[in-house]
Amino acid sequence: MKFDLVWLIPIFPLAGVLINGLLGRRIEQKNKSLVHWIACGAVGLSFVVTLGLFFKLLGLPADKRLYDFAWFPWISSGVFHVGVGYQIDPLSMFMCMFVTGVGFLIHVYSIGYMWHDEGSYSRYFTYLNLFMFSMITLVLADNFLLMFLGWEGVGLCSYLLISYWFSDLANAVAGKKAFVTNRVGDFFFAVGILLLLVHLGAHGIWSLNFSVVFAHANLLSPHLVTIICLLFFLGCTAKSAQIPLYIWLPDAMAGPTPVSALIHAATMVTAGVYFIARCNVLYSMSPFAMEVVATVGALSALLAASIAVTQNDIKKVLAYSTVSQLGYMFLGLGVGAFAAGLFHVLTHAFFKALLFMGAGCVIHGMGGEQDMRNMGGLRKRMPVTFYTMMIATLAVIGFPGFAGFFSKDGILWETFSGAHGSYILWLIAVLTAAMTAFYMFRLIFMTFFNECRASEEVQKHIHEAPKTMTVPLMVLAALSIFGGYIGVPESLGGSNLVERFLRPVFGLGKDKLLQSAGGPGLIHRAVSETAAHQSFSTEIQLMFLTAMMVLAGIFAAYMLYMKKRSVPETLAANNPSFYRLLLNKWYVDELYEKVFINPLRSISFFLWKGIDVVVIDGMVNSTAAFFMKCGSAWKASQSGYVQRYAVSFLVGVFVLIAYYMYVR
Amino acid sequence: MNHLSFPILSTLIFFPLLCAILLMFIRSEGGKNDELLRKIALVASVVEFLISLVLLKYFNDSTPGMQFVEFAPWVRSLSINYFVGLDGISLWLVIMTAFFVPLCVLCSWTYIKEKTKYFLISIFILESAMIGAFVSLDLILFYVFWEVMLIPMFLLIGVWGGERRIYSAVKFFLYTAAGSIFMLVAIIYLYYFSYKTTGAGTFNLLDLYKLNIPITTQLWLCAAFTVAFAIKVPIFPLHTWLPDAHVEAPTAGSVILAAILLKMGTYGFLRFSMPLFPYASHEFIPVIAFLAIAGIIYGALVAWAQPDMKKLVAYSSVSHLGFVMLGLFAFNIEGIEGGIYQMLNHGLNTGALFLLVGMIYERRHTRMMDDFGGLAKVMPVFAIFLMIATLGSVAVPGTNSFVGEIMILVGAFRAYPVCGVFAVSGMVLGAVYMLWMYQKVMFGPVTSEVNRKLPDLNKREIATMLPIAVLVFVMGIFPGMFLHKMDSSVKYFINQYQQKYEMYEAEKSGNPVATHLKGFKIAVDSDAAFHNGVYSRGR
Repeated sequence: MKFDLVWLIPIFPLAGVLINGLLGRRIEQKNKSLVHWIACGAVGLSFVVTLGLFFKLLGLPADKRLYDFAWFPWISSGVFHVGVGYQIDPLSMFMCMFVTGVGFLIHVYSIGYMWHDEGSYSRYFTYLNLFMFSMITLVLADNFLLMFLGWEGVGLCSYLLISYWFSDLANAVAGKKAFVTNRVGDFFFAVGILLLLVHLGAHGIWSLNFSVVFAHANLLSPHLVTIICLLFFLGCTAKSAQIPLYIWLPDAMAGPTPVSALIHAATMVTAGVYFIARCNVLYSMSPFAMEVVATVGALSALLAASIAVTQNDIKKVLAYSTVSQLGYMFLGLGVGAFAAGLFHVLTHAFFKALLFMGAGCVIHGMGGEQDMRNMGGLRKRMPVTFYTMMIATLAVIGFPGFAGFFSKDGILWETFSGAHGSYILWLIAVLTAAMTAFYMFRLIFMTFFNECRASEEVQKHIHEAPKTMTVPLMVLAALSIFGGYIGVPESLGGSNLVERFLRPVFGLGKDKLLQSAGGPGLIHRAVSETAAHQSFSTEIQLMFLTAMMVLAGIFAAYMLYMKKRSVPETLAANNPSFYRLLLNKWYVDELYEKVFINPLRSISFFLWKGIDVVVIDGMVNSTAAFFMKCGSAWKASQSGYVQRYAVSFLVGVFVLIAYYMYVR
Repeated sequence: MNHLSFPILSTLIFFPLLCAILLMFIRSEGGKNDELLRKIALVASVVEFLISLVLLKYFNDSTPGMQFVEFAPWVRSLSINYFVGLDGISLWLVIMTAFFVPLCVLCSWTYIKEKTKYFLISIFILESAMIGAFVSLDLILFYVFWEVMLIPMFLLIGVWGGERRIYSAVKFFLYTAAGSIFMLVAIIYLYYFSYKTTGAGTFNLLDLYKLNIPITTQLWLCAAFTVAFAIKVPIFPLHTWLPDAHVEAPTAGSVILAAILLKMGTYGFLRFSMPLFPYASHEFIPVIAFLAIAGIIYGALVAWAQPDMKKLVAYSSVSHLGFVMLGLFAFNIEGIEGGIYQMLNHGLNTGALFLLVGMIYERRHTRMMDDFGGLAKVMPVFAIFLMIATLGSVAVPGTNSFVGEIMILVGAFRAYPVCGVFAVSGMVLGAVYMLWMYQKVMFGPVTSEVNRKLPDLNKREIATMLPIAVLVFVMGIFPGMFLHKMDSSVKYFINQYQQKYEMYEAEKSGNPVATHLKGFKIAVDSDAAFHNGVYSRGR
């Protein structure tokens, strides 16, 4: 398979969009299942092509794994030239693999989930395919602007899909909130791109191509690189739901559950992580920006975990868990562990998609119920869902042997030992790991154990999900266990395939990073690598410690939600203010509303009613009125009475005579 | 240069006028013949559009100068000529004008119920005047077309408008006419000045380009032109006629106003005040840039506060045209091409929005957002078109506006980065007010019983919207087709500007650098040779 066929990957979903978008309603009337055949088929084909290219890439030697396919020029004016082109390298293929793979599974899952929905079936799949197109464009693009197209495209699809059930105003509002918050992030992002373009242009490099930009990155002043990196990171905090712009993600759970799984867990929200990894050269040049990324990541992880502890909506718990896990990924990037961060992206895609899809099965089985307080005892009624979700839970909390364990460990270890690491951040991360174990097992216990608290009516209908939904669950469950073994760290006798595969992309950045940490690149690197070998025992000790924390979290959840179930309520009752603070998500939404939205709205009303209508238009109208007044005043002189003309004539004569007699 | 021996520009100008005259001779029979009148109008306007497409075929995009030039003496004693021509800057604007007229006829099919005949006549006269203004190369000819445009527009608002139509029509007319007076004075002074310096007064734009106008004079003349154009654009704070005119005008009027008439202002800057007064224009950059930024943010915020959809769209125009002005005054290729491209994009997107608002106004006789809600369920096709127009308007990548805005921003960042940063904020605010409107009108439960039975778009309405919807994406994905045609004209424009500016700069600092002047002289000579070529062909 030739690399030039890479355009097929985005084009299949786009074809799906066109077919289902233009003819969907007619197809739906004739043969409803044709709609999902088209949509799933398109994504399936993309996946197959990606696989083919991936293996071709593997067949090449590591330093030759870069191919740029320039398709056609997009915008071209003056010095500004941007084309549509795709870049094939380990990083883009890595992302594309799981995006199309997990995307395909979720498409299949959607068949069962949306089949009986009242909304338009073809509209749903059109949006879903459009999302796939945008996401693929995002990860494959070879320049900043085309990536921005995908970046905004996924945001748009997110908006369309969150407000998919638009008849409920809350969903529409949530969708709008997501889009506008993301636009705020995109503002910074766009400014970053433009600054990069113009300042590189000042050195004669008018290009937004990744490879060109990164090759000439050292032309930029360190100051500027820091500014650009921070602007980009602000864009990423919106897309990847980190402090301060994470607020849209929990509300985004208003969309259909497969959408939450695909967009708001597995793929779109990891775009920020991908982007920073892609710009690793720039970030490595700015230690300050790296520190910001790491700190924000760690704090987001902690904050979201603290909120997740008190949430009762099963999807909200998972949403905050996503914010928290994304925080881990940014922590990993920030301490320079790019490969570890991306490895966590991969494993997270598996287990978080699985968790959401499992939650979807629960919601589906319980007729739309999302409140965990009304669930319980579902273990027996929905065995497949229970076991797969159990596996995913063990994976997300980093239970030894499951996928999340290996990826999370990589991040924790680099945070602890890396040149850019910090013990405080490491402590936060370990604490968050314990909290993750707690709230995830709280979810499992509340949903699947004990007695069922649903009403009789609902209980009668509880059923296991259909095959199209459970089969993807099982596939993802397998990946949640075995997916981790491609990245077993060297301290445990593994060979960390992920890091090796991605090394060509991060090599350059890593060198720069080590340089900025002090000392010339290669020597320092050699030193740090020997140091790493010596510290294998430390790494294993830390792993053990983390595992203990996780077990403690599970034990706490077991005590509170299995054994002494009255305790959480008394705890909440005894600390009402703290409980409410957590339950209301630290009042961040309210704060933003008070500080940004309401004042802006008042300003816009003032500008309209005050400035526009009164001041500006007042001046316009009073100008007109002034001339009207002048006219009507002067009108009196043209009365048409001869007597008056004679009088004024007489007066004039007297005035003139008086003037000549007395004044001259 | 002009491979077409056929006087195509005159055809484009006078064919609509001919149609208007033809329509005069058809009796309306108290409304019985309305259907026939509309059909004739539709066919005629489509024919006009097809003729305008011929321009594309014969347009030579490798030469920067005027093409399809026609020249005929008009008033010999004052050397006023009928002198028209077209270059890469005006090409797309002419085509867009011809593109929108059939859509306006279509959207008025059932909207205009009274005096249909006179309505259509007004539209055709307006079309003549607009195309005339875009291709005039003689200042008096331009001024005539410029003023003629006002009359049919005045009638469209005043006769077929809403409740406050008289107020709005008079305000529109007087406001724009008042601005034009300054321009007329400046035009006459230019004639006088050319008479004084060369001995032969002229209104010929291409000759006037070559004048060497003293700096102080330039500042005054440029200010006079700027006032006229700034009102038309409209640049904040001269915009208050716009919301009134838009809200009261019938749909077709709003569409033409937004899509084409506003572009007269920005086109005027580009064709007249910037090349005629390069030094003064350069001096005005800080003012214009500040007002453009203020307009972008102010227009967006005020749009957000509007309860009336049409007013919201009207204020959004203030915001979008701020972008265009910012691009033009970046004085680099990216900015100016982006500005021209954004003129087209704004025409399409805002035109589409006005058409759509008109369609629901026709059904419900209200435009208040509070009267709607949940329409996406009742009118799914309408929802799709409104979504496309919304996406275009908020410049989502892949749509036309994104290309225009990013080019303008690149231009602005090259010229004055701080302004660029402020302009980007328009992107966020645009999303705020547009999605606000979309959510209020389309999403949520169907609140009122009346809305539950609204019919979705019929075939005629779909036919009106479809060309725009397709173009939004085509222009977003393949902008090269459009940008390529304006490339050489814009490059030439920038070159001329820079040379002249440097010359004035040298003159001002008191030590006229020989190389500058020399360079300029050569440029002027080649310029003259080139224009002489044009003349000979024209004559």
